[in-house]
Amino acid sequence: MISFTLDTLSWACFIIGSAFILLGSVGMLRLPDFYTRSHAAGIVDTLGAWLILAGMLLQTTDLISGLKLLLIWALMFFANPTTSHLLIKAAHQSGLKPLLAQGEKDMQP
Amino acid sequence: MIEFTVSACLMLLMLIISIAIQRMRHLFAAIMLTGVFSLLSALVFTTMDAVDVAFTEAAVGAGISTVLFLGALGLIGNYIEEKNIVSPPRHALALIVCMLTGGALLYAVVDMPAYGDPQAPAQQHVAPRYLQQSPRETGLPNVVTSVLASYRGYDTMGETLVVFTAAIAVFGLLGNINKRQRNKERRSVTQHDDIVLSVFTKLMLPMVLLFALYVQFHGDFGPGGGFQAGVIFSAGLILYGLTFGIDELLLVIPPWLLRIFTALGIFLYAGTGLLTMLLGGNFLDYNQLAHGTHGQHYGIFAVELGVGISVAAVMLSLFYSFMNFRPALPKQESDKS
Repeated sequence: MISFTLDTLSWACFIIGSAFILLGSVGMLRLPDFYTRSHAAGIVDTLGAWLILAGMLLQTTDLISGLKLLLIWALMFFANPTTSHLLIKAAHQSGLKPLLAQGEKDMQP
Repeated sequence: MIEFTVSACLMLLMLIISIAIQRMRHLFAAIMLTGVFSLLSALVFTTMDAVDVAFTEAAVGAGISTVLFLGALGLIGNYIEEKNIVSPPRHALALIVCMLTGGALLYAVVDMPAYGDPQAPAQQHVAPRYLQQSPRETGLPNVVTSVLASYRGYDTMGETLVVFTAAIAVFGLLGNINKRQRNKERRSVTQHDDIVLSVFTKLMLPMVLLFALYVQFHGDFGPGGGFQAGVIFSAGLILYGLTFGIDELLLVIPPWLLRIFTALGIFLYAGTGLLTMLLGGNFLDYNQLAHGTHGQHYGIFAVELGVGISVAAVMLSLFYSFMNFRPALPKQESDKS
């Protein structure tokens, strides 16, 4: 029963994580300017990778690999938003203007 | 089948990225793409089960060399200037040279044995002995480390000396940091004001240094060793230097300390060899150090530590040299400013 629940939960994590990665990749290709695209990239490498790691964590049986996965989890939790923040800040400081409402027709899927 | 698909996808991506690097006029983007290229080749090495090599490639190729490239970029500017783009006749010459070299390489590939072929010369000569005897002779589970530091210890000492020589060459070209240190109006390449980055760096730095020590001392049992550990250690310190400014890093690790450590690593390596000679064995014959496989353990520990110290010190001093170098500006530019 427990193993069935764990399997279900980890599969749910895998599927939702993959869905986020797919969404983020589509966003990388279709969104109009740098800021929106880096938002999509942030979804891929934070939420997507995070959920997939969570799914893996539910599948581990020994303590050491579980701890290692937790460490990678923590690293991603801190590192990826920081890099997104720095990229966007660097773009903003070098004078890249965000695309505003008049570009909205490009955003149709 | 799945392995072939993964390898083919990675190779294809590497091909695309190498073409993109050639086409790139913006040097910053080209440097980032070389970093991506290194990470992809690290993945290829991982699919070939060469984890130690993948580790080194990820740490050196994607980590340190990207930083050094960026340091060089700070000296030369972001774009290729129009007047520096080579003219078509020289283009054609370069193309012919590349085609000939590539053709020769492809011709050589035909004669190479298939990947993983047990009949290949590389698998016939000494490899079976290493694989079969290494656990008994050195007592280490990681055959890569036992080959690198024990069976081929002399070669590895040569590699460490190559790193050392490279550092000396860079000092010769870019100058020693001590002379520049008096120059107070140095250009800063850092972002002191970003609170997210400084908190993140303070959070990560102890982890990175701890991980480097883990890689250093766990290299006998898992992937890792002196080269990787040295690079990771210096990468952590470089992260600190990039975030808080190189002057802060100079307070933590002054250049004279680095010079001592650069030589100390080599000294530790060659000193281990000399010690075994004094004890009556050959150069780097660790069995003289203690009875049984313990001698091998001590010897490998010492030389890996030497490699780690040397590599970390060399990488950090390369970073210092690149960040601190002020080129003599061309005349018209200094007039303009």
